[in-house]
Amino acid sequence: MVSLSNHELTAVAGVRELTFGEAVKEAIAEEMRRDDRVVLFGEDVAEAGTAFKVLAGLVQEFGPQRIIDTPISEAGFTGLGVGAAMTGMRPIVDIMFGDFLTLVMDQLANQAAKIHYMSGGKWKVPLVVRATLGATRRSAAQHSQSLHAWPSHIPGLKVVVPSTPYDAKGLMKTAIRDDNPVVLFEDKMQYKLKGPVPSEEYTIPLGVADVKREGRDITLVATSSMVQVALGAATLLEEIGVSAEVVDPRTTWPLDEQTIVESVKKTSRAIVMDEGYGRYGVAAELAAVIAQGAFYNLDAPVTRMGAMHVPIPFSPPLEDATLPTERAVFETARKLCGR
Amino acid sequence: MTDRLLHMYRQMLAIRLFEERVNDLYTRALMPGLAHLYIGEEAVAAGVCEALRRDDYITSTHRGHGHCLAKGALPDLMFAELLGKKAGYCKGKGGSMHIADPDTGNLGANAIVGGSAALAAGAAFSSKYLKLDRVVACFFGEGALGQGVLYESMNLAQLWTLPIIYVCENNQYNEYTHFSETTAGEIAARPAAFGLAVASVDGQDVRAVYDTTAPLVERARKGDGPAFLLCDTYRFRGHHVGDISRDYYRAKHEEQRWTSERDPLAILSAHLVEQQAADRAALDRMAAELTAQMDAAMQWAIDAPYPSPDEVTEDVYA
Repeated sequence: MVSLSNHELTAVAGVRELTFGEAVKEAIAEEMRRDDRVVLFGEDVAEAGTAFKVLAGLVQEFGPQRIIDTPISEAGFTGLGVGAAMTGMRPIVDIMFGDFLTLVMDQLANQAAKIHYMSGGKWKVPLVVRATLGATRRSAAQHSQSLHAWPSHIPGLKVVVPSTPYDAKGLMKTAIRDDNPVVLFEDKMQYKLKGPVPSEEYTIPLGVADVKREGRDITLVATSSMVQVALGAATLLEEIGVSAEVVDPRTTWPLDEQTIVESVKKTSRAIVMDEGYGRYGVAAELAAVIAQGAFYNLDAPVTRMGAMHVPIPFSPPLEDATLPTERAVFETARKLCGR
Repeated sequence: MTDRLLHMYRQMLAIRLFEERVNDLYTRALMPGLAHLYIGEEAVAAGVCEALRRDDYITSTHRGHGHCLAKGALPDLMFAELLGKKAGYCKGKGGSMHIADPDTGNLGANAIVGGSAALAAGAAFSSKYLKLDRVVACFFGEGALGQGVLYESMNLAQLWTLPIIYVCENNQYNEYTHFSETTAGEIAARPAAFGLAVASVDGQDVRAVYDTTAPLVERARKGDGPAFLLCDTYRFRGHHVGDISRDYYRAKHEEQRWTSERDPLAILSAHLVEQQAADRAALDRMAAELTAQMDAAMQWAIDAPYPSPDEVTEDVYA
């Protein structure tokens, strides 16, 4: 087992370039080889390999008994996954678009999340729900949302938001082995994003943030899709002499508060970035963690940047306007740093 | 067969005595919250569970004490849970509506109407995939017929030939509304449309419930797929223990007719006596013995300690 942060990876032997989608598939395939109890349910997951083709080939290796096409019946097959998880299986449930989580919220929030607690610890629910997030695919308001704040709000669930192929693979493997219900969000716009992934097996624990770039002047706390935006903004900031640190929590629950707070204590400024709606969301929680943990070290107000508080529109210029861009983050950071 | 009938009588009587004490705990203000009594519906739980093995699964409802007891739950641990005591089935964290017990295959009572329909199909999936040879009985009231996830579950169960019996307890009332005001068409036609085996039975006659359930369970266990058992029954008491003024939604004479003519305990005891399978004195002795057991179980739970407040954060995650 190796455990490395992303930026240390390129120096390691046996590291290949995989896309985010390939990394997800490799994680699932490895865990299915390791444990017969792992099965995957979802719409068009078998021969079609999912709508995004991410799981193409798995049904050929594992057969239709384990890569299982379902009816368009999200509540039904998610609840079925919960019951199967309680009784000896380790199911992965595939929710094609994260927007469809609205259809499974009872199974997730009232059932999966609470069964262990309500039963006094007697039943366990080792379930993984895969879902997607992310806008700018020109898919309009019901296929573009980033709803990871919803499960993050519910005690009993764990929520994973990987931003790189390396993280996606290591966190997915850990999620599958976890004895709790875990919701893992994949940014559908990043399935083709390439990054280094070791060929040697590894896992990444849940609840450990990763510093994606070190810096001195401002901390950009960014999740999932926003990590690439933050890294782009950090490059722009470097050109004007501002050194930005990029911290990726990697999981919204459990949340590595310590790494976030320590970074802000060092830099004294913070922008929190998350593709969920900016208000009442993950960004708000991250901002509160910083406000409570690093208030006396702050030289500027904590600023949150997320999706605009509107339904995601279809028309490209409208949709693009809803998300934080590298340029907007750059401008905000510049002002916070007094440049 | 006589042994089976006496066992089912004993199970029904245990449920009745348990529920009477739950009501008593409520009226004496010893029980936190409310409870939904199963009195009048005992033949459904007793008859269905008689056809199950101990390692078969059940899912239950907010009106679930009867299902849990019939599947083998212990009254003392049930009382303790209802009173929020640490010794309860769920360490006091679940209460009346969430009794769960892996030892008796009880996946848990569920306080969302229809909430366990898909979970039950999942347990049936496991049984088939892992070749456990277990059958799942998914109990729900007719109120759940309005919930979409029930139909998603039945569709999946039939498509994948899962070993599950959907047990619909039509106690006539969705909370405070007669089911005829909420249910279009024929109930039995709904599962039939998915291709499930469908049977309807007098839910006050435990012999009929058992005789109808047993072949459906064996059929499911053999791999021949799911079934839907529609049980016509009646909630003798209110929606919950506090629902005592019911005139606005159902007439007293209707309740009196069911309680005087359709009591499942009276129906079975009359049969046992008539068939000379038991005499009144023997049934009275059984009642006295069970009453003493229930009283002792209740008192044990009353005397049991509450959990410590610092246990509140335990069991959130496994």
